[in-house]
Amino acid sequence: MSETAIIEIDQITKIYQLGNVKVTALDGISLCVHPGEFLVIMGPSGSGKSTLMNILGCLDRPTSGTYLLAGEDVSRMSREQLAHIRNQKIGFIFQSYNLLTQATALQNVLMPLVYRRNGHISNKERLEMAHNALISLGLSDRDQHKPTEMSGGQQQRVAIARALINSPALILADEPTGNLDSHSGQEIMEILQNLHAQGSTIVMITHDAQNAMYAERTLHLRDGKIDEDTNHAEVPAMVVAGGSV
Amino acid sequence: MKSSEVLRIAGEGISRNKLRALLTMLGVIIGVAAVIIMIAISAGTEASIAENIENLGTNLLFVTQSMGGQIVSRNAGMNGNFLSYDDAEAIESSISGISGVVVERDVSELVKYGSISIDGLSVIGTTSSYAVVRDVAQESGRFITQNDLDNAAKVVVLGYSTAQELFGEADPVGEKIYVGDVKMTVVGVMAKKGTVGNTDYDQRVYIPLTLVFEKFTFSPFARVQGNQVGTILIQVTDLNNMDKVITQVQILLAKRHDTTVSDLPFSVTTQEDIISTQESTTAAFRDLLAWVAAVSLVVGGIGIMNIMLVSVTERTREIGIRQATGATPGDIRSQFITEALLLSLTGGLIGVITGVGGAWLFYKFGGMRTVVMPNSILLAFASAAIVGIFFGFYPANKAAQLDPIEALRHE
Repeated sequence: MSETAIIEIDQITKIYQLGNVKVTALDGISLCVHPGEFLVIMGPSGSGKSTLMNILGCLDRPTSGTYLLAGEDVSRMSREQLAHIRNQKIGFIFQSYNLLTQATALQNVLMPLVYRRNGHISNKERLEMAHNALISLGLSDRDQHKPTEMSGGQQQRVAIARALINSPALILADEPTGNLDSHSGQEIMEILQNLHAQGSTIVMITHDAQNAMYAERTLHLRDGKIDEDTNHAEVPAMVVAGGSV
Repeated sequence: MKSSEVLRIAGEGISRNKLRALLTMLGVIIGVAAVIIMIAISAGTEASIAENIENLGTNLLFVTQSMGGQIVSRNAGMNGNFLSYDDAEAIESSISGISGVVVERDVSELVKYGSISIDGLSVIGTTSSYAVVRDVAQESGRFITQNDLDNAAKVVVLGYSTAQELFGEADPVGEKIYVGDVKMTVVGVMAKKGTVGNTDYDQRVYIPLTLVFEKFTFSPFARVQGNQVGTILIQVTDLNNMDKVITQVQILLAKRHDTTVSDLPFSVTTQEDIISTQESTTAAFRDLLAWVAAVSLVVGGIGIMNIMLVSVTERTREIGIRQATGATPGDIRSQFITEALLLSLTGGLIGVITGVGGAWLFYKFGGMRTVVMPNSILLAFASAAIVGIFFGFYPANKAAQLDPIEALRHE
């Protein structure tokens, strides 16, 4: 493949030292994710999927192995550099939304712009960007609402707007529907699917086999190793019919 | 990250918990206000002392009984080791380079006019050149004359506020008042002079020194001593001759009292000596107060540190979220340091206002002279800032070192 892979990890291990015991959370994982791919990671708890997610999200560094994110080796970067990478290249969507409860929806969406290093964006432009991001997620009248004044589905959409604001190379979703009722959960999955259709690269952790059907590729982890890597050639028709956002 | 951005985030952090912020700042407020008030009070005292120098001039020499004054001199009286009127006359006649000698002997008496009486008023027995040497102006009438002294005339000159107390707006000159049991005629009132050092120049009366010897010296011993005096004031013509005159006076007194200069039971001091003693006392007092104030500022800083540590723990999740969206350790650190700084500087500002207001209140209602020094405001404010940075650094660093994964997982 000629274009640069978004994720290219090679023989990654992660070993935790718990007292005298060494726990191998990841045991030599290699993986390549190409631009525009929608990958789902599944596996029982303790299989290492959260650890993998943390490393993919540059929140953690592997014990050994290399990780190229959009062609850039991030496996040996300093905390400072990793923060920049998270800001520029990664958009997080968490199970519990992780919004600042005291801040408005608009302020939450603005946050990655505040920590942005490259390219000066005026205050006015930022506000406009954040506002537009909220509009595109159907929250045009929620700018000044605080998370506590919104439903779970709305909060998660604010979180998605925040994840997208810096146009990241990679969207990482960790059980994005885990705290939602099935209707809201489906809405969120449709948003992700739509982003995927527009060319975003998405990696999602989920327990829900239903959600996994939105993705074109599923990775099963077991005991820190890849157990199964399935490519669905075609996305099921019923999901496509789910509609657009 | 722009500093305005850091400031905004820190401000939001503080405004979330206003009561707590206020309580946290209280230590700094008290510390800063204390520094300013303490320095204002001692600066006020120093200013009073400086004015005393101007008021009294520096060309005065004071000859006083050293070691307990009259008690010592009464025991030593038979040996002639007390300061006498004759000593003063000898000084005046045989020392060169002096332009005036004044003798003072103070007693305390009940002074009465009609139904109004003042108990324990200072009655100064003195000589005719007192007003000139002590630089007190005449309000009305005249001062004690040589003629009054020679005849031990029953005349009295009133200090400014004593005149007001006894006579109100009426002119006292020519009226009769009682000083102790002695009926005297008021011949003059002195102009307002105010308090210099510990002496209220307006709350006293003056009578001829000879009258004190005659009427207000009670014990039989004192009768024998007769012309014992409290203080001899010598006005020196040329300031440069001060030391020379001191030596001459000491030698003369030693000769007259059959002793050596080193054993002389009298001290010959300049106004400056007295003032510098006062000044060093004030300085020691001021230093002590400044230290107390500084300690309270440090205590305020510890309060800030305590609250910042609580705040970091409480907001671990927020820190995690900020880290996930791209905040570097430096961003987090500056956010919390700015918060601590904002707390201490706001506290400092309120403290400055409280301090200046407090100094004014001390002046207005405490009867203390206060001078708010611009330097003290600067010093207090700068200390508050340093306290903020110093005590904010540890909690901020703790926040910056948090592991994003742990922080995001924090409940």
